[in-house]
Amino acid sequence: MRGPTIIKAEDDKTRQLNKHTLMAFSGEAGDTGELLMIRNSTLPMLTNGFPLVQFAEYVQANVSLYTMRNDTELSPAAVSSFVRGELARSLRSRSPYTVNLLLGGVDPVTQEPSLYWIDYLASLAPVPYAAHGYAQYYCLSLLDKHHNPNISLEEGMKLLERCTDELKRRLPIDYKGVLVKVITKDGVKVMDFDNDRVVRSA
Amino acid sequence: MDKLVAQYSRPAHQNEFYSEQEQQDLNESLPPLSLKFSMPPIDNSASFLRAMTDDHSNPSCPIKIAHGTTTLAFRFQGGIIVCTDSRATAGNWIASQTVKKVIPVSRLSRGEDKPSNDPTPGLLGTMAGGAADCQYWLRYLSQQCTLHEIRHKRRITVAAASKILANLTYAYKGYGLSMGTMLAGVTPQEGPALYYIDSDGTRLPGNLFCVGSGQTFAYGVLDANYKYEMSEQDALALGRRAILAAMHRDAYSGGFINLYHVKEEGWVHHGFDDMNPIFWKTKLDNGEFSNVTSEL
Repeated sequence: MRGPTIIKAEDDKTRQLNKHTLMAFSGEAGDTGELLMIRNSTLPMLTNGFPLVQFAEYVQANVSLYTMRNDTELSPAAVSSFVRGELARSLRSRSPYTVNLLLGGVDPVTQEPSLYWIDYLASLAPVPYAAHGYAQYYCLSLLDKHHNPNISLEEGMKLLERCTDELKRRLPIDYKGVLVKVITKDGVKVMDFDNDRVVRSA
Repeated sequence: MDKLVAQYSRPAHQNEFYSEQEQQDLNESLPPLSLKFSMPPIDNSASFLRAMTDDHSNPSCPIKIAHGTTTLAFRFQGGIIVCTDSRATAGNWIASQTVKKVIPVSRLSRGEDKPSNDPTPGLLGTMAGGAADCQYWLRYLSQQCTLHEIRHKRRITVAAASKILANLTYAYKGYGLSMGTMLAGVTPQEGPALYYIDSDGTRLPGNLFCVGSGQTFAYGVLDANYKYEMSEQDALALGRRAILAAMHRDAYSGGFINLYHVKEEGWVHHGFDDMNPIFWKTKLDNGEFSNVTSEL
């Protein structure tokens, strides 16, 4: 988004950091980025953000560099600590990144899925489900009600649909659809998602 | 003869109601809708009030108005559910945890008139925004509704009552009123009726409204599970759950869950219950709120 114009409707606001870690980002000024992740199955939603790509790709490159030098896959916990550290350093610099992140991954050793919520002030929190932007206000109450840790992929997608339905219903912004990715122990894959569903209000 | 027949063949109830003249006399005897208040000796009292109370742009403003709330009401097959939290905040300070944000409107419906478990006839109003504004103007509305009842020998419709309030808030537009209220009632003329009225002068009829700082959280739960055809029990549970969601996530909502059901015979109170046991019961029994851990 630039001024009142949407430049690109389907921009991928995620970067894959290694085989089973994915980072979603949003948050430049004038950006009402909505990000949403649910642990254990479904992953992020597409949003609108710009030079953050630099930060995301910087992190991406450093994670692969570390992996190559040390010949070990970093766990999502390790990646999240690294990202948080970089963000904390950036925060006290001349031009801090104002970026909100959601970082999801599956540990290569324990196969445990995990999700981290990171905001532009470099707070890091491990959570079962998370959202950034206005999406928080509409979706967290839904996730509070319908999420449980043993949710299946199918149920997760249903829950994600409930969330996007609510955003379509109540959010004054047309966010032009979502991009859904799923992180499993076998890697990241893009899911089919019906963005053209018409939602009716009560 | 024809004249005689015409005189006695009129509908029986035609003379029961007021004549045109009588109605006009009644209308003229009504007090003006906008009451006269003395204004402070300042050039622009509205902007002065804003400067003194605007917490958002000036956190050290001298007057902190009690704000933050979650209230909801929705229509369904069996009537209207009205549910609110009970927290009043003034800035960051929790001023009270036991506020009654559902206010019965019209004389017959006042709680103390009829302390029983039977439905109490009348309308219900909800309170969001400035506590003083809501209490004062809903009391004023109550007075007007009672007068209407006495003058016209029948209860006021929700449409008419909401119009009195909306006309009033519109008359005071720009003077710094702060209120977002819902009026709910069931009348023979309209059936179950629900209106949203706020201090901008907005007046909207509708099926489902959430008002206050926690509205988005309540909407989230309510929209996803709302069906007009649901049973009374499901509707009560949904209202309670939607408010609980907002009380959990919104820092300016909390305290007790105040639940009402408005039906044909009048409104019924379904409890003023502490949110904490309800929260933990919901979490532990249904596995919801999985981001809150119950062990250390």
